[in-house]
Amino acid sequence: MLRFTVRRLLLLVPILLGLSILVFLWVRALPGSPAESLLGERADEQSIAQIREQLGLDDPLYVQYWRYLETLAEGNLGTSIATRRPVTTEIRERFPATVELTVAAGIFAILLGIPLGFFAAKRHGGIFDNSSLVLSLIGVSIPIFFLGIILKWIFAVRLGWLPSIGRQDVFIEAEHPTGFYVLDGVLTGNWRAAWDALEHLVLPAIALGSIPLALISRITRASVLDVQNEDYVRTARAKGLPSRVVDSRHVFRNAMLPVSTVIGLQVGLLLSGAILTETVFAFPGIGTWLQEAIQNRDYPVLQGGILFVAVIVVVVNLLVDLSYGLLNPRIRLAGR
Amino acid sequence: MHKLLRAGVAFAALPLLVAAVASGSAGRAAQASDTLVFGASADPVVLDPALISDGESFRVNNQIYETLVAQKPGTTQLVPGLAVSWSKSAGGKTWTFNLRRGVRFHDGTPFNAAAVCANFDRWYNFKGAQASSSASYYYNVVFGGFKNPGKGLPGRAKALYRDCKARGQYTAVIRLKRVFGPFLGAMTLGPFAIASPTALKQYGADKGRLTADGVYQPLGKFGTPDGFAVGTGPFKFESWRVGDRLTLVRNDDYWGEKAFLRRVIFRPIADNAARLQALQTGEIDGYDDVEPQDIATIKRSKDLKVLDRPPFNVGYVTINQAVAPFDNLLVRKAVAHGLNRPGVVKSFYAGRGVVAHEFMPPSVPGYSKSVPKYPYNPARAKALLRQAGLTLPVEVEFWWPTDVARPYMPNPKNNFQAFAASLNKSGFKVVAKSAPWRPDYLGRADQGTAGALNLLGWTGDYADPESFLGGILRAAKQFGLENNPIGTKLYRDLDRALAEADQSKRNAMYRRINNYIMQQVIGVPYVHTMPALAFRKNVVGYKPSPTLNDVFRIVKKVG
Repeated sequence: MLRFTVRRLLLLVPILLGLSILVFLWVRALPGSPAESLLGERADEQSIAQIREQLGLDDPLYVQYWRYLETLAEGNLGTSIATRRPVTTEIRERFPATVELTVAAGIFAILLGIPLGFFAAKRHGGIFDNSSLVLSLIGVSIPIFFLGIILKWIFAVRLGWLPSIGRQDVFIEAEHPTGFYVLDGVLTGNWRAAWDALEHLVLPAIALGSIPLALISRITRASVLDVQNEDYVRTARAKGLPSRVVDSRHVFRNAMLPVSTVIGLQVGLLLSGAILTETVFAFPGIGTWLQEAIQNRDYPVLQGGILFVAVIVVVVNLLVDLSYGLLNPRIRLAGR
Repeated sequence: MHKLLRAGVAFAALPLLVAAVASGSAGRAAQASDTLVFGASADPVVLDPALISDGESFRVNNQIYETLVAQKPGTTQLVPGLAVSWSKSAGGKTWTFNLRRGVRFHDGTPFNAAAVCANFDRWYNFKGAQASSSASYYYNVVFGGFKNPGKGLPGRAKALYRDCKARGQYTAVIRLKRVFGPFLGAMTLGPFAIASPTALKQYGADKGRLTADGVYQPLGKFGTPDGFAVGTGPFKFESWRVGDRLTLVRNDDYWGEKAFLRRVIFRPIADNAARLQALQTGEIDGYDDVEPQDIATIKRSKDLKVLDRPPFNVGYVTINQAVAPFDNLLVRKAVAHGLNRPGVVKSFYAGRGVVAHEFMPPSVPGYSKSVPKYPYNPARAKALLRQAGLTLPVEVEFWWPTDVARPYMPNPKNNFQAFAASLNKSGFKVVAKSAPWRPDYLGRADQGTAGALNLLGWTGDYADPESFLGGILRAAKQFGLENNPIGTKLYRDLDRALAEADQSKRNAMYRRINNYIMQQVIGVPYVHTMPALAFRKNVVGYKPSPTLNDVFRIVKKVG
């Protein structure tokens, strides 16, 4: 297991190097440049040339890339052209919001998706199964931003039950030691702030979690159906074991292997979906930050931000792979 | 196992439970009578007025800081600001400002002539990245140069500013190197607001470094989210959580009429639909840049209203005289008669546009009411072309930009298609060309290689004709005015007006220039648009300024 882990961590280096080249080239392929974005339509040739020289944009690409690698080697992700603040500072401020939203969406998708898939498989062919199939298809088909707008229109504008934007009511005074607003409210004993933060999470988490929910429920259903027909399950039932014991010890545990892979892959989906969700809900996380950076052609933010997100996705996938060993000892022992 | 799964379902259904017992905080902003929550499209860049050039930075900075010369709210009329009166020397190069007494900065530092000169000298002494257009855009535009900026940046030779002297405590004398007619109008711009010299020094306003990316990174705390912003304005800076909110509180020691509101909170909401929904729920009290398609929705609501910002832009069709036969005045007049301007303005501006007849809006001094007008008349256009000795149809390359929406041109393709259709009826044969706005289209237009006709526009910076006519028409290649007697006369007249110190004489000169421009049909302006703001009905007193100089001091919430 240790060797496996070390090998996977070492693989991070070439993965991130390759990704840094891709991102570096991609942002420069976008039409326009930071110079024009900073100056707006007032950009005249002279001002553009002056800023391009200042930012080193006229240097050969390999020179620009080497300069970028040198700053990366110092642990520096660069400075935002638009805000003039270090990229690391902006990530530190914004990442907790994205984590909180992603975790909320993930919890929503997992805790609803797995049971839905499981019960759909147990009631295979029935009304529940068919209804969950239809709902899954709808969940996968509706674009996140559209679902977000609809949810806001119903629950915020028409019913007034929930807020439509942001992470917290502007009239609530609260300390934020960790940056995770719900947790901060609990840690500081400010229950009003914690509850308010939870209210602000509901709609964006449902919007963001809708596609993973649909995927997880369908994969769980398929996996449970597969495992239910395995010989060892039939044997266990034939031995007279109670149904709930067969389900928990044999069916559920083995069915979760492919589901855990899918859950791990959802992290990437959730993080990319966060860009649209955060924009629709004005949620101040990494997503809105990257979206603004695209519009501003803010190269350091795009390079640093995307690289950071990639590291998170790779690390989470590693953790998911390691979790296989916990779920199935045969995998853990396979390396011996 | 089933129990566990059922518990999971219940937990996942928690969001619905939360919604069911939600505190209904959504409308709280609407209910707080002493606090205004404004939906901005983005955070300001910095709270150092000298280093801003974008609308959202202007909006916030203009509440904290003040300029020597102000504008009457909602207009371009000059009124006393931090200076109660001013005069210029006979030669027009020296301006004397008599300052308001008894004013203090938010940190208690007295406002006086020394503070004014400290600010002017600070700007003049910007170096390196601070002196580049990306940081101090408006200083570059107005004053042109710095004392010792560094390599590649405009220096003393181009600088308009000579020096500032404090004559006693309350008289600041600013000397320029040449007469600059727009000086007073330019002094109303936010970047020329006066900051506390004590705070500038204490919080390291000029401490910064150039990073390896070539970005200027401030290292001090002045104007930063976790720092300080100290002016004389009716609101003081309280706190700023980037991406979430920026809070200003009333300055109870303000020298003038205190603000009605106790607090103003700016919430950055990039998405326009999200801003509208936040207004509908009462989470914000107002926002700017309302999309035309949302105006009907807002007007239908019993709780919301629309406010118009007076026009301060112009959309126009460039005519490039370097492309034959558009060097012929008869042909240019035919273009003017062949463009269905009323049709385009009526169809594509959702009631937010007025037909333009000259290159600046009526709110700018020097606007002429007697420019020649060219009503849409295809028959007249054809007759002019025949009179010019041309065989119809006359082929014309007409460019329009893609991937862009501007306040004066929300959908360039719509405008282009309508104009092309009307020109085709008027004896022309339009050859359509397009390019992405940046960098291709603007680059071509600047170089004069975007055909004989192209769609462009301009938003003014400050209420002076030079901000429009100079900004638009000094791009000689764009209009084919290089080595052209029309260009020679135009630029001579513009330079003379720029160098005239007497404002009423300047206004008369610009009226004549506007008449000349339209007599020669150098281009065809077609629209001035009125951006819209939306507010909840209980917000009263807000007066949108044409130059984005909105003041929140006079705003209150009733009911």
